[in-house]
Amino acid sequence: MTSKNSNLPDAEELLITLAQKLKPLLQKNTALVGIQSGGVWLMQRLLVLLDSTITAHAIPHGTLDVSFYRDDYAQRGLKTENRPSQITFDVENKHIILIDDVFYTGRTTRAAMNELFDYGRPASIALLALVNRGGRELPITPQITAADIQLTAAQNLQLLQNTDGTLRLELKLAPPSTHQAQHTHE
Amino acid sequence: MNNPQLDADGRLRHLLSTEGLPKKILNQILDTAESFVGVAEREVKKVPLLRGKTVCNLFFENSTRTRTTFEIAAKRLSADVISLNVNTSSQSKGETILDTVDNLIAMHADMFVVRHSQSGAAHFIAKHVPEHIHVINAGDGRHSHPTQGLLDMFTIRKYKPDLHNLRVAIVGDVLHSRVARSEIHALTTLGVPEVRVIAPKTLLPAQVEKLGVQVFHDMKAGLKDVDVVMMLRLQNERMNGAMLPSVQEYFKTYGLTQEKLNLAKPDAIVLHPGPMNRGVEIDSSVADGKQSVILPQVTYGIAIRMAVMAMLAGGQISGNQS
Repeated sequence: MTSKNSNLPDAEELLITLAQKLKPLLQKNTALVGIQSGGVWLMQRLLVLLDSTITAHAIPHGTLDVSFYRDDYAQRGLKTENRPSQITFDVENKHIILIDDVFYTGRTTRAAMNELFDYGRPASIALLALVNRGGRELPITPQITAADIQLTAAQNLQLLQNTDGTLRLELKLAPPSTHQAQHTHE
Repeated sequence: MNNPQLDADGRLRHLLSTEGLPKKILNQILDTAESFVGVAEREVKKVPLLRGKTVCNLFFENSTRTRTTFEIAAKRLSADVISLNVNTSSQSKGETILDTVDNLIAMHADMFVVRHSQSGAAHFIAKHVPEHIHVINAGDGRHSHPTQGLLDMFTIRKYKPDLHNLRVAIVGDVLHSRVARSEIHALTTLGVPEVRVIAPKTLLPAQVEKLGVQVFHDMKAGLKDVDVVMMLRLQNERMNGAMLPSVQEYFKTYGLTQEKLNLAKPDAIVLHPGPMNRGVEIDSSVADGKQSVILPQVTYGIAIRMAVMAMLAGGQISGNQS
């Protein structure tokens, strides 16, 4: 049920924009945290693009799988495939930049923040998303995005990874029962 | 025949036995447990998965380790936990099991962890409870102890990731051991090609080879070139019957000493479900030695129990979703 993606922005171009916007924010006490799985793909690409800056500031990074912290866990349950969260650095007093692919309701971000605080007390948390697709349900919004698109609840924007590691956006029709919280990741 | 452990969509509804659980579900439990191992290393050792749920530990038979690890697992998932030692409470006043269960359901329990000396007790309770309530078997008679079997699989997989290339020996009182049955079913389902049991004839069930194992009565032959040695507890009360001549005799023949362990592969690991009888089935130098993974088993037991409770409480959605 994939519609023609002709008017969707190109994920690879957005990635470059995102890297440019992120670069000035990186400093000594910053840490990057990607949310599984699209946010982790983005982070890995950003690490390569910003390699010199990241290395110069010795910026640590980690990943979060927020499924244990989601508010809709009782309805949705666990994914069959869990990827453990890996935060190997000390969260205490870090300026954390959370990385997600598509920002929608804000519930994933809330879950990610709750999980982060179980590792320690960060100095600040900022949110970076490739695309803000509109439709937030919480007082949360990304500080850094490469594109803003208004989509309806029946539409489901996903970031997908090609076999060569490049990324692409795809618009699908959301399954009727889960469209509220459904976004991204495949 | 329908499997009472699975719901109509093939998802885990109760955990009663490793027998009859498809490989996919076993692997899913092991993979989910992997995510929970890290929780213990955080500053806050809790995730909010079971927030607001009540887990009842119903122990009709004594246990310290199993009950404690179930309690810790439930608490790390943010559940409320009630542990009932039923021996000392209502049963001694004559209440039936199902009355006890019904009373706890009336108090809005969401999950039961059941240990009982009678085989089938957890099945019996699982058949009785309404649909939204889940039952985990924490050991029933000689029948099954699935979370022990699963934590053993998890431990083996941690040290020997390629299960399809392993030779595993289970040593000791297989006849009375629910742990051995759970291990054998899990090992064969997960595709371990060679599972051996080593025990005197009096401590082996009739036709044990039908479970897909090779039978040895001699430690030297049985331990040769194995990758994993799974010891079983010799229950002292068995000594009173005519099954074994004496503890000393048993240790000499079937006790795991370093000398016997040297017949296994040099990197073989040693497991024991606890509690250990040092100097009966296992020598202290082996139990505390560098091939022993007995304490990691206990740690991994918490992650396995967290995984099982999380899967039961939330169901599992097939496919990959965010």
